[in-house]
Amino acid sequence: MASSALYDEIQELIARYPQRRSAVMPALRLAQEKYGWLPPDAFREVAEALDVTPAYCRAVASFYDMFHLDPVGRHMIEVCTNVSCALVGAQQVLEAFESELGIEAGQTTEDGEFTLRTIECAGGCGWGTVVSVDHRYREPVQPEDVGAIVEELRSGPE
Amino acid sequence: MALSKQAKTHLLFGKAEGRDLTRLAEYEQVGGYESLKKSLKMERAAVLDQLLAANVRGRGGAGFPMGRKASFLPKPDESAKPIYLVANADESEPGTFKDREILARLPHMFIEGLVIASHVIGANAAFVYLRGEYLTEFEIVRDALEEARRAGLVGPNVLGSGWDLSVVIHRGAGAYICGEETALLESLEGKRGQPRSKPPFPAISGVYASPTLINNVETLATVPKILEMGGAKYAKLGVENSAGTRVFSLSGNVVNGGNYEVELGTSLRELVYELGGGIAEGRELKAIIPGGSSVPVLTADEVETPLDFDSMAARGTMLGSGAVIVMDDRCCMVQLGLRVAQFYMHESCGKCTPCREGTRWMVSILRKIEDGEASQGELDLLLNVCDRILGNCLCPLGDAAAMPVASYIAKFREEYQRHIDEGGCPYGGESTLDHVLAPVDQHHALVRAEIEVPA
Repeated sequence: MASSALYDEIQELIARYPQRRSAVMPALRLAQEKYGWLPPDAFREVAEALDVTPAYCRAVASFYDMFHLDPVGRHMIEVCTNVSCALVGAQQVLEAFESELGIEAGQTTEDGEFTLRTIECAGGCGWGTVVSVDHRYREPVQPEDVGAIVEELRSGPE
Repeated sequence: MALSKQAKTHLLFGKAEGRDLTRLAEYEQVGGYESLKKSLKMERAAVLDQLLAANVRGRGGAGFPMGRKASFLPKPDESAKPIYLVANADESEPGTFKDREILARLPHMFIEGLVIASHVIGANAAFVYLRGEYLTEFEIVRDALEEARRAGLVGPNVLGSGWDLSVVIHRGAGAYICGEETALLESLEGKRGQPRSKPPFPAISGVYASPTLINNVETLATVPKILEMGGAKYAKLGVENSAGTRVFSLSGNVVNGGNYEVELGTSLRELVYELGGGIAEGRELKAIIPGGSSVPVLTADEVETPLDFDSMAARGTMLGSGAVIVMDDRCCMVQLGLRVAQFYMHESCGKCTPCREGTRWMVSILRKIEDGEASQGELDLLLNVCDRILGNCLCPLGDAAAMPVASYIAKFREEYQRHIDEGGCPYGGESTLDHVLAPVDQHHALVRAEIEVPA
């Protein structure tokens, strides 16, 4: 395991910082890119590369919303429902996604393609409703745009 | 109506009109990195004097004078430890999206300010703590930084000065609290982002227990302009105690939401009605949050208030992060209180009991009021909970929940009372914030189907 690509990449991250522990977040991000989420193996690999315990890595990961401790869909759709977006119809946008995907916010589709969830303020308030699709912002999104977004993802490149 | 001169002063974004300033060559065409060259030829103390003379106050939220903050650090030759600069690019106060646009459109201006500030304090390493969700902005800043490195503006021996500066972008991973400076430092050190007890302040013991200057993106992006104009001239822009321009993020029920750079002291009315085009759909203005969701609310008849630190303080509120959220007459103020409290409950790090438990209590009582199930005593209890949070925590997150909610009750008490008297929401489902699903109420069972776990 000590010779894995992930291990080597984490060593490069460590070299950027005065203290190796600073690399834990970027290392967890790399591991999540590899696995799609953070399974126990990911914590073991990151921990070994950083010379900390897997429990320490899990404690850090669990603090941050962008680390997934459970499997998620191949596409992540996140709808901001904080005040500015909610004032201009975020709930209606969310419901349009729920209806289009046939799931509730917080769930993943049966085929493992989509996870839908609400998020707190994404920082696009003047152009609400902000929807983050695979970590790229779409703004503004109206309920009538939802069908096309989902279709684009369903038919999009691998 | 013609805009005032103040509303047309664009110190930061003016240079970007019709140009792509994400590219080094174009930025240099408008005088980019000239301020850095100038500052490298000056004594550190002389550059600091310019920042002090400019009287520029932090643009992140707290409004602390930048020059004074820098002056708290030990001098480079007197410090036993390395000195660090940290750029706070973890913008996440609800309503705020100005740093995002600065990073996306003015990355070199930000980097130039960061390099100058690092030189002033004698740092050889700087970190940009960049909000994790800002992926596109990360790529833009990363590429700009690489361009700057290749041009010798960052890295070893900056512009032949003999001074080295390494810059590392450290991406966050989704936690509002990491915008609080000591939580940010914890996170940068690879820990859970929980605030530290102060003192010691970061100027003495920041990242890696070393002297650290932490500045917001907009504050740093302003530094090249200050050196270009001269601090004294910069200080003449704006009004007393509020020098220069600020980028205000306008959102909510306005016709044209977006970022607007104006001189401090410009009226809220001009921002909302002239620049923002007024209230959308011909509705009536009900309330305005002037500085991000953590600050007390203003009513429609306070719309003439000038956008500066002292005028906002006189109204019992704050300029905060410069996020102006506009609400029209369809907004239920109990639902607003609930949604704001839900946010802070979600983001409480859990370290201090009044914040961790208090925000939860606030949400629970506000839910009862909204549902028409609260007794008269529970409205008083809500205010009591707010009071017990205020000033009783290590960081301002708890206050950020208690202050605005207490202000909604103070200014719209009758509306809260009606929920209790009428046994439900007087808006009857017609409020804009009706039944909005907050992350804190979202079911955590993310997996519906059996997903194949990679071996």
